[in-house]
Amino acid sequence: MNGIPVAARLREPTQVVFLALLGLIALGWVLVALDGGQFLTMESVVGIQQRSAALGIVAVGQTLAILAGSLDLSVAYLISLTSLVAAEIMAGQDGNIVPAVAAVLALSALVGLVNGLVITRLRVHAFIATLGVALIIRGILDHLYDGPAGKVPESFQVLGYSRIGPVPVSALLWAGVAVVAWFLLSRTRLGYRIYAVGGNEEVARLSGIRTGRIVVLTHVLCSVCAGVAGLLLASRLGAGAPTVGTDGGYDLESIAAVVLGGTALAGGKGGVAGTVGGVLLLAVLDTIFNQLEVNSFVKDVVRGVVIVIAVAVYARRTKGRSA
Amino acid sequence: MKRALPILAVLVVLLAAIAFVNPFFLEPAGFLAFAKRAAPLVILAAGQYFVIVSGEFDLSVGSLVTAEVVIAARLIDGEEPATWPVIALLIVIGLLVGLVNGVVTTKLRVPSFIVTLGMLLVLSGAVFLWSGGAPRGALSEGFRAFGRGGLGPVPWSVLILLAVGAAAIWLMRADFGKTLMVAGDNERAAALSGVRVHRVKIFAFMLSGLAAAVTAILLGGFAGVSAQVGQGLEFSAITAVVLGGVVLGGGRGSVLAAMAGAFTLEALFTLLNLYGISGALEFTVQGVIIIVAVAAGAVRLPWKFTPRKGDAHAAS
Repeated sequence: MNGIPVAARLREPTQVVFLALLGLIALGWVLVALDGGQFLTMESVVGIQQRSAALGIVAVGQTLAILAGSLDLSVAYLISLTSLVAAEIMAGQDGNIVPAVAAVLALSALVGLVNGLVITRLRVHAFIATLGVALIIRGILDHLYDGPAGKVPESFQVLGYSRIGPVPVSALLWAGVAVVAWFLLSRTRLGYRIYAVGGNEEVARLSGIRTGRIVVLTHVLCSVCAGVAGLLLASRLGAGAPTVGTDGGYDLESIAAVVLGGTALAGGKGGVAGTVGGVLLLAVLDTIFNQLEVNSFVKDVVRGVVIVIAVAVYARRTKGRSA
Repeated sequence: MKRALPILAVLVVLLAAIAFVNPFFLEPAGFLAFAKRAAPLVILAAGQYFVIVSGEFDLSVGSLVTAEVVIAARLIDGEEPATWPVIALLIVIGLLVGLVNGVVTTKLRVPSFIVTLGMLLVLSGAVFLWSGGAPRGALSEGFRAFGRGGLGPVPWSVLILLAVGAAAIWLMRADFGKTLMVAGDNERAAALSGVRVHRVKIFAFMLSGLAAAVTAILLGGFAGVSAQVGQGLEFSAITAVVLGGVVLGGGRGSVLAAMAGAFTLEALFTLLNLYGISGALEFTVQGVIIIVAVAAGAVRLPWKFTPRKGDAHAAS
């Protein structure tokens, strides 16, 4: 990495997304100042972090699945389900926090295992497999719940609301998840294998990697991340909610954030750092729109355009490099 | 036709099961009512088929359907003379959205999953921005006739479905269909042998947009104007196509099978309702069946498919 000249390094999507983030913050500053406000107040900085924590955690998990050449459309419903499981088991009692967290992690790992096994053993395309699992969870949710249920004790709500200086606990949790994933991808054998499988599954298999296991493992990790996000949202709401995952659009939005961060949708290229940048970019965009009090529908339009343009820029750059 | 046989067999079994519980289904009126209900999804699936067989995805069709219905309601606003111009406009919008999807996918080399996801956000944002957050206005009687009325006992939607189906089958038999299939199977080989890959793919996206416009016209009359009319339709359409044995990634499957897949999905909903698995658990059953159906297809004919995820591990 050190031998690469600066100009070439600037072509890396990760650098691009962080440069874009800085540019956006500068632009936001100017726009909000012209509007007569102040952009980077304590309030908005905390807001950006809180807004991005849940999506960020899901997107880190999604990064692992996408890097291995897969993707996960079931995270949104899984988040709803885990928020309910957490709140129901806690039932307002401090003593139940540990069993609830354990149950959520076990449940989400199980869902990830099912996703992974359906994809690898039954050879169902990841898109259809995880969409099918999403429908299964949705049916269970609709069948069992009409609205919010369970109760999260106040001591657990610390996770959602309290902060240390300007840094919310939820952002620390996100940072923790991201650092673990970064370490996993760039410093362990498993990480290299994930890149290998996503880059070219056949070559990976011929080099002796058990590709099926790698795909299953990334799905387990991706679902566990969704479970953690479910815990975070439950602590923020004070209860579980059957629509919290889908309202946030965490399935498609996490994929969008990953791709915005420069990870190739086909797998094998990218990383967690880019995803963190992508999530922050979306959150800063949100904050600017909120501060300018722009209609929320404009937000969707701009978001859609930004995502497509970003990926088009990355596609240009890879072309320029290989030519 | 041969490729469509497995899904047609499943469809016949499902239809027989429905008829067993509900004999009215065997009468022309009963069956036509079913076909009328299924028509929008079948047409949408036919459009999605072109995109999928060319190796791409179109996630924007659901929000395109919603956008078209909202636009129609606001522009027509109950005025009968506005019906035909607005229908023409809807078709132009559908083609235009497909054109943008196709051009961005091919010329800017952005994965179609992302392009159409972006389009989904843009369309749903833009249309509600324009209409002020909720659908306004009303459709005219003439517009609603397509989804509700009929020529004698035969609903218009069934006639439109037959026309669309015939056109789709004809297209796939024509040169366009062959080049589309080749482009989806191996883009590079197709390009090297002189296929204008970009042009065929753009055309496929435009067909999907057109199908969404027609679906919107039918659904606007059938289901009425709401902000949820197209919700989730993109996933239903993709599911239907895959259920028909069309492979995600392109190059394999027939349009007849894709449409039969949509009929099967609709028959499945009908059957679940008849057996009292209503509302909630319907999704769970649907999810299980989709996974099982696709898995069965993949396991039964493994030699027909190129190695995919997991093949490697299973073989080692």
